[in-house]
Amino acid sequence: MSEEIKLMKGNEAIAHAAIRCGCDGYFGYPITPQSEVLETLMEIEPWKTTGMNVLQAESEIAAINMVYGGAGTGKKVLTSSSSPGVSLKQEGISYLAGAELPALIVNVMRGGPGLGTIQPSQADYFQTVKGGGHGDYRLIALAPASVQEMADFVGLAFDLAFKYRNPAIILADGVIGQMMEKVVLPPFKPRRTDEEIEKECPWAAVGKKKNRERNVITSLELDPAVMEERNNHLQRKYKTIEENEVRYEEYMCEDAEYLFVAFGSSARICQKAVELARAQGIKVGLLRPITLWPFPTKAIAKYADQVKSMLSVELNAGQMVEDIRLAVNGKVKVEHFGRLGGIVYTPDEIIEAMKAKIM
Amino acid sequence: MTEEIIIAGFGGQGVLSMGKILAYSGLMQGKEVSWMPAYGPEQRGGTANVTVILSDERISSPILNAYDTAIILNQQSLDKFEKTIKPGGTLIYDPYGITKEPTRTDISIYRIHAMDTAIEMNAIKSFNMIILGGLLKIRPIVEIDNVLKGLKKTLPERHHHLIPMNEEALRKGMEIIKK
Amino acid sequence: MTIEDIIKPENLVYKKPDIMNDRPMHYCPGCSHGVVHKLIAEVLEEMGVVEDTIGITPVGCAVFAYNYLDIDWEEAAHGRAPAMAVAIKRLRPNKLVFTYQGDGDLAAIGTAETIHACNRGDSITIIFINNGIYGMTGGQMAPTTLEGMKTATCPYGRNTKLNGYPLKITNLLKELDGTCYVTRQSVHTAAAVRKAKKAIRKAFENNLNQKGVSVVEIVSTCNSGWKLTPEKANEWMEQNMFPAYPLGDLKDTTGDSQTK
Repeated sequence: MSEEIKLMKGNEAIAHAAIRCGCDGYFGYPITPQSEVLETLMEIEPWKTTGMNVLQAESEIAAINMVYGGAGTGKKVLTSSSSPGVSLKQEGISYLAGAELPALIVNVMRGGPGLGTIQPSQADYFQTVKGGGHGDYRLIALAPASVQEMADFVGLAFDLAFKYRNPAIILADGVIGQMMEKVVLPPFKPRRTDEEIEKECPWAAVGKKKNRERNVITSLELDPAVMEERNNHLQRKYKTIEENEVRYEEYMCEDAEYLFVAFGSSARICQKAVELARAQGIKVGLLRPITLWPFPTKAIAKYADQVKSMLSVELNAGQMVEDIRLAVNGKVKVEHFGRLGGIVYTPDEIIEAMKAKIM
Repeated sequence: MTEEIIIAGFGGQGVLSMGKILAYSGLMQGKEVSWMPAYGPEQRGGTANVTVILSDERISSPILNAYDTAIILNQQSLDKFEKTIKPGGTLIYDPYGITKEPTRTDISIYRIHAMDTAIEMNAIKSFNMIILGGLLKIRPIVEIDNVLKGLKKTLPERHHHLIPMNEEALRKGMEIIKK
Repeated sequence: MTIEDIIKPENLVYKKPDIMNDRPMHYCPGCSHGVVHKLIAEVLEEMGVVEDTIGITPVGCAVFAYNYLDIDWEEAAHGRAPAMAVAIKRLRPNKLVFTYQGDGDLAAIGTAETIHACNRGDSITIIFINNGIYGMTGGQMAPTTLEGMKTATCPYGRNTKLNGYPLKITNLLKELDGTCYVTRQSVHTAAAVRKAKKAIRKAFENNLNQKGVSVVEIVSTCNSGWKLTPEKANEWMEQNMFPAYPLGDLKDTTGDSQTK
């Protein structure tokens, strides 16, 4: 074994991975169930080693705007929060998208609406993939299903964010944030030098040099004709991302007659349900979207020709199920099974739901 | 081999940390592990529980409806989890504070007077290690050496002098557990 | 002298700063913003720090400040400029990082960000234009609107029972340990402009010398919003704004006090 295997919480993995992927700054505000991200960073004190900044902001609003400010200078910065806090961040997220800034937001979801509960939920799917903030924009949304993926997706999210100059979000939940699992942390990558940043991000506001025009980070444009073209540019970019960055995982789908579609912690529980159902002789498989946007529409459409029906298993009242129905376009029956308010279903409950709803 | 365990009791009894030590021990033994707490204010009083899975294969769900082994440390948890033990599974409980004894006949039931013993040993904080010792006697899923290594990982360095006391508690637990 | 003689370079007695470009400003005639923009441009050039400056524009009339000064800018969401400035200064400590904010931006929607940035003490500069009104959105009440002063949302005059009192936020900011220099200036006379320029220079020097937060409030006119001619607006400001917001240094822990 070349890499040391560690045991840690998903939230801790986010913190370690951020330091290791050469992150320049973290700005956050405590909220259950993700406070361990900030706590871990403050304990490690990365400013003493890699030079990464860590700051406890006065609010989630301030934190996301710190991210906006830092990202505007080309730095690799992130924030993390949980559902109510992410609602507060929506203004800043929309500005990040509008100004085309690469940045990372982590949402360790809890139940809502309102102050809701601190227990796990996946009820922020709509918020994440359908907008959340104002305006026509998209976030590159990654849904980790293990502590290992919490660690791995930090670097991946930053790579995609900088590749497309677009904010990315890791959409986890209380289960993935709080559970401990084995994890191999990514290798240390040095932070970029200011010269490297200027090369990689010629758009960044770093102080105007004589040989170039001023750089202005803004999402504002009052001329509708220009603004329409800016929007068209964003839409073309989103199309490119949709064509190139869809990620998903299939589990026991080859001979499947029924299909679970689930992301994050739900996919883990469904995996067990698949095992238990197959022991009963039911041929069921699992398709796990890893990118929630771009959504694996084509992969799901393909299974509409193979399976008899699909069950969208989500810890919400039925959100992703709408995208699955759009993908299969009426070819097969698609039902939803969820638990609300912080209750997490067991594998048995999922099998019962499958029998009741789609068999 | 996969062992699916629930540990449940009051907050402050060391339920979560016992689970953590068990998970680390599994890690030291090269197993796949998961540790899923019922988190939140429950940690600070009321009931607390944690699901620990040790396996030779990749672990799917960290959340379960049935367990191979349940370690029960208060009445509320016994009421809640006795019925979730798989037939043929194991229930380990401390009778301290238990008013309604377990009734199932299709599982193996063990009693461990860990609270009384911890008080006798004047080592109340080792209570959970006595329980863990009992578990390992009945279900030797990890070696004691790996538990001690796991302890080293979970305890901050300044508490490493407590490891011998914890080892003593582990061995005491192995001694006193009975059907 | 013919015109040709007058425009010869050797006869040049004044020129606008190089970083002030030729784009026509959107500000109303008589507005204070243009003067303050020019002062910032002059000071940055005189200090030779144009290449190391990052400005943050607000939401409000100065939202387009980035169109007029050729430096690198970031455009903030309403009120959030101080939070951005803190992050930028931490990530790029050798840069001169300043915000340019109005009274609604700084003292209403962004109060939390303002106070916490000033309390944290990162060496940023806040240029605060206080004209007691929301100019950009058409003359609504600001937190700094004077008692009895008429605006679109207090058409019968600010009633303190209904709207609370004018917020003297700069007085609050001087109490915070993170601020090193807090001053209140104006730009309505040549003498005032000279003083204001000195204050901005000092604030920018504190910025690069890592001394803490410097706040330069400029008590300003909004003749359109106030519905007065530029001249009358200046008079009104002297008679009404200055008693509520008296000019001078409120705090200077840097060792060389300028005005009282």
